[in-house]
Amino acid sequence: MTKRKMYFRMITASLMRRRSRMLVALLAIAIGATILSGLVTIYYDVPRQMGAQFRNYGANMILTAADGSFTKEDMDAGLAIVASADLVGATPFRYETVRIHEQPIMAAGTDMEAVKKTSPYWLIEGEWPAGSGEILVGENVAENLNLKIGSTVTLSFTPEADEGAGASENAGADDEVVLDNMIDFVVKGTLNTGGSEEDYVYIPMADLEELTGIAEEIDLAEVSISTSGDGLNAYMERINTQVPAVHARLVKRVTASETTVLSKLQALVLLVTVVVLALTMICVATTMTAVVTERRREIGLRKAIGASDASIIQEFMGEGMLLGGVGGILGSGLGFAFAQFVSVNVFSSTITLRPVLVPVTIIVSIVITGVACLLPIKSATKVDPALVLKGE
Amino acid sequence: MSLLELKNVYKIYGDLHALDDVNLKVEKGEWLAIMGPSGSGKSTMMNIIGCMDKPSKGEVLLDGVNIAAESAKNLTNIRRDKIGLIFQQFHLVNYLTAVENVMLAQYYHSIPDEKEALEALERVGLADRAKHLPSQLSGGEQQRVCVARALINHPEIILADEPTGNLDDANEEIVVELFRKLHEEGTTLIVVTHDPEVAETAQRMVVLRNGKISKETVNENFTGHIRFH
Repeated sequence: MTKRKMYFRMITASLMRRRSRMLVALLAIAIGATILSGLVTIYYDVPRQMGAQFRNYGANMILTAADGSFTKEDMDAGLAIVASADLVGATPFRYETVRIHEQPIMAAGTDMEAVKKTSPYWLIEGEWPAGSGEILVGENVAENLNLKIGSTVTLSFTPEADEGAGASENAGADDEVVLDNMIDFVVKGTLNTGGSEEDYVYIPMADLEELTGIAEEIDLAEVSISTSGDGLNAYMERINTQVPAVHARLVKRVTASETTVLSKLQALVLLVTVVVLALTMICVATTMTAVVTERRREIGLRKAIGASDASIIQEFMGEGMLLGGVGGILGSGLGFAFAQFVSVNVFSSTITLRPVLVPVTIIVSIVITGVACLLPIKSATKVDPALVLKGE
Repeated sequence: MSLLELKNVYKIYGDLHALDDVNLKVEKGEWLAIMGPSGSGKSTMMNIIGCMDKPSKGEVLLDGVNIAAESAKNLTNIRRDKIGLIFQQFHLVNYLTAVENVMLAQYYHSIPDEKEALEALERVGLADRAKHLPSQLSGGEQQRVCVARALINHPEIILADEPTGNLDDANEEIVVELFRKLHEEGTTLIVVTHDPEVAETAQRMVVLRNGKISKETVNENFTGHIRFH
């Protein structure tokens, strides 16, 4: 048998045959590793979880035309830069002044399905428009014009006269009348946001294009991206560089508060993690001190039959690190369960296992246990075999 | 040259002279018993000979080396290589089996060899108890495991401190019989005891009193067998 084999036989025998004693130490390490692994998982998952929560408060990036107007094609080119996993949604908007009951109202042509993703906070009374000929009316507009859900309303738009043709026709007929374009819509729902959105009517983009006779152009696109801070800035810069027709900018009130909350939350989790690590070390050191005190006679015996200080250190450190390893394995599994529990109960979503955290938890657990064992083991080498074997 | 020689050895604790100018020679292959009442200095002498303590003054020559002048690290090496220790309280590692306890001495000395450890246990009549933990062994059996552990590295001296102090007559006889066999094989034995019957089995006996050797007797009728009175 090699010395190494005997070494492992000794330390495993110490752990296996003194189970009740070592269980306390193992429990301390496993609990520490569980909380460590769980908190680190949460630490890394918080941006994603909170990002998803923040997306309920609206888009965090706005695309506008770099010069004049831009098209849906330009918008799609910009969105192609954002990783599909990060892109929550993007909604094009085009604004035109229309008339309802001869009163000028701002109409926004948009994609209703996309709005649901970028503005999930919109409160709708009635239903979302499902297709052509259906509109959503802001609550202020509905009140002012006495529009009821289910009623039909006519939107009028006065197209601009062809300047070239108009100029020649008007030369001979100054009072020529430009006819309004008119389309009837059914009011499907009213919109309540508490904001300026209540002053608009929202109609399907295709209907607005038909009403105005101008296709493809959009004024603005709201983009919701589930990332924050540097990641979001990077996307913005890449869009601005790679799609010249589009100017991307961040919605500062959303992104700034998001970054602040995230950094504070992460700092809190980090602080708790450090405190847990310190507590684990104290707990393991206390347990190992008790183990060493309890085994003074055995240490004395080992020294009496020829163990050097280095051998004693190796053996106790080996036991400690083996405990650390087993505790780390238990902790990485339980830590994921802990993180999953927190995620489900706090963020109402599940998390995915980060495989790299398993070896990291085990290694950190071994290192922490090793460091915590240093002082007790050092005291073990000071045991005087003659005194101990005499029972003093 | 004697295997062990104590020259004017003193061990002083404050005003107490635990050993007071002790001179003693032990020849290779000799079986020596050290007797004396409590506080006579037996344990102090045992610790010094066993390289677990150093004298305050004097020389302790083991195989020609003055162990009184050696560092703690060297004393550990000398103890590991040259001395086999047997204790009154047995002192086995309670979570290691009998054979593992014997292999522990091999582990610190050189290379653990389970076969050789089993043979050592067979010599002390415990081949069938090799896989038992100390808690599953009787006192006599535990002490025999200690004997096997002490002799496994073929030490120059086997130093036994009250080896039969916790044993009944039957087990005492077994242990003494083991010493006799070791002596026959040429092992040097130093047995510290307060039991006259055990001391009388040795070739020579010294009596310590107040830290001094007060009496030295050579056993003219040495047989190595214990005679109960």
